[in-house]
Amino acid sequence: MAEKPKRLNLNQKYQLMTRGLDWETTYQSMDEVFPYDRYEGIKIKDWDKWQDPFRLTMDAYWKYQAEKERKLYAILDSVAQNNSQLNISDGRYMNAVKIWMQGVTPLEYAAFRGFAMLGRGFRGAGARVACQFQSIDEMRHYQTQVHAFSHYNKYFNGFNQYSRIRDRAWYLSIPKSYFEDAVSAGPFELITAISFSFEYVLTNLLFMPFVSGAAYNGDMATTTFGFSAQSDESRHMTLGLEIIKFMLEQHEDNLPIVQEWLDKWFWRGYRLLGLVGTMMDYMLPKKVMSWRQAWEIYWEDNGMALFNDLARYGLRPPKHHEAATKEKYRITHEFWSTIYQFSHATALYTWIPTTEELDWLSAEYGELFDTVYRPRYEYWQELHEKGERFFQKRLPVVCNVCQIPIFHTMPDDPLMNCCLVSEYKGTKHQMCSQGCLDIFNREPEKYCQAYIPPQQIYQGNCGGASLEDYRKWLHIKDEETGEYYGSEDHVMWEQWQAQAAKPTGVAPAS
Amino acid sequence: MAENVFIALQNNPDAQPIIEAIVDDNPGAVVNDSPGMVKIDCPKRLVIKRVTVEEKIGGEFNLQDIHLTLISLSGNIEEDDDEFVLHWNF
Ligand SMILES: [Fe+2]
Ligand SMILES: [Fe+2]
Ligand SMILES: [Zn+2]
Repeated sequence: MAEKPKRLNLNQKYQLMTRGLDWETTYQSMDEVFPYDRYEGIKIKDWDKWQDPFRLTMDAYWKYQAEKERKLYAILDSVAQNNSQLNISDGRYMNAVKIWMQGVTPLEYAAFRGFAMLGRGFRGAGARVACQFQSIDEMRHYQTQVHAFSHYNKYFNGFNQYSRIRDRAWYLSIPKSYFEDAVSAGPFELITAISFSFEYVLTNLLFMPFVSGAAYNGDMATTTFGFSAQSDESRHMTLGLEIIKFMLEQHEDNLPIVQEWLDKWFWRGYRLLGLVGTMMDYMLPKKVMSWRQAWEIYWEDNGMALFNDLARYGLRPPKHHEAATKEKYRITHEFWSTIYQFSHATALYTWIPTTEELDWLSAEYGELFDTVYRPRYEYWQELHEKGERFFQKRLPVVCNVCQIPIFHTMPDDPLMNCCLVSEYKGTKHQMCSQGCLDIFNREPEKYCQAYIPPQQIYQGNCGGASLEDYRKWLHIKDEETGEYYGSEDHVMWEQWQAQAAKPTGVAPAS
Repeated sequence: MAENVFIALQNNPDAQPIIEAIVDDNPGAVVNDSPGMVKIDCPKRLVIKRVTVEEKIGGEFNLQDIHLTLISLSGNIEEDDDEFVLHWNF
């Protein structure tokens, strides 16, 4: 009788299924076949030293992903069947989901493309396999998000033009330019930017406190795809940390290059996450945690522990992280104040927080909030009550690097606007911060070519030079923009609440 | 000095035995509950032992199954058939 074959252990299986799959090319030289993985200056002596600590093989990957999808789609079906849009905490909440759909979901698609490039670009097979997994993951994130949001699109404004406005809306160039900056760099910078700086160091802030907030606000769909995506993200983060360690272990010349990338991409990522902080502080009617607190946990504690660990390679924490920490008391208030004034030029609604919410912000942010931001909100509220809802009449000046309106203040003076200028080839370029200025000055030839939407709009290149023409070009209707109270979303939400209060349940109109 | 590693798991029945096993095997672990998720912090090192999870569920457990409930983590990873370890080296 044949002996029962012994099962391979995890490590043996990984070695067998990820090594010896590739070969040294002979028809063409390896440099011709992999033309992009050397020009950045990163030196790799032995690609076989690359290890996936999860030891994930293709068969296990498909098994787990299939299981995740089964669970996810069962819940998405039930969200649709059970009218789960009625269970969210408040109609305002949906604007956070709109930001996700308009700003984050297209990044998933961009990540899919970027990692498909990396899955072809590295000459080491182990790294290629990990990037191919990630590419497929990112496509899954994109698809599951579109699927999840399609249910909300039946009821709420702001979702239906997501792919058009991704390319056309001025404010969506913030996330868009971030990824385009990354995918137009070389492969090692791309993976450092996305897998390490963004996914390892920063996306915990998006996927943990914010998605937990979605759960708290009754949004089953976002919670489910969010955590399902984040389970892949753990793998992506691990890839990010491994690539950093791998580059640093392979050659000492790699350290200064990697350090510069970390400096750049920490700041780029941090600027982008200001938007997520604003969603947490202002767009979740039921609060889980403030941006300040999340920053303390995920950066000051967890992020610094990571850099304490990496110090053995000679790596230091990214430049300007102290400034980011100083800004934790104000960044979200500055951001919300800006969106509030410009929401008539977005596919979003904004509002002044309720008194209770202002009290929560006061408790979380203390004196600075009470002296600077709260009085401003109360003034705007007064104007609104008089029928003079405040909107800016023109589009803002945006930073030439992060593309965020230049609303930020000096690290040590929250009352002084920060606008730094760099002159390059006879043109002045404005930046929001020392972090962004450094990034510009390091690669001026790249950033002087940046597409800056407000400038293009005023040059008449976006359907015409007036706000009205521009909105038409976006295919956004007036009713989808501006103030939340009195909006179509608000009216519908109030009707649902009134119906729910009736003793004889009447099915809500769709 | 900041020195925690962490693991975050979905707050669902599949994750319960894993969470309990972590608490048993890591005296320094601090469990933070949040809507929909549980984040467990631990100074320097956190281990998940297969045998402990198997005791909790009363059956076999493959450590790679944590991918189904995992939300996020921080720390260098060491994984084999018996243990899943997160650690910092400083
Ligand atoms: Fe993703
Ligand atoms: Fe990812
Ligand atoms: Zn900037």
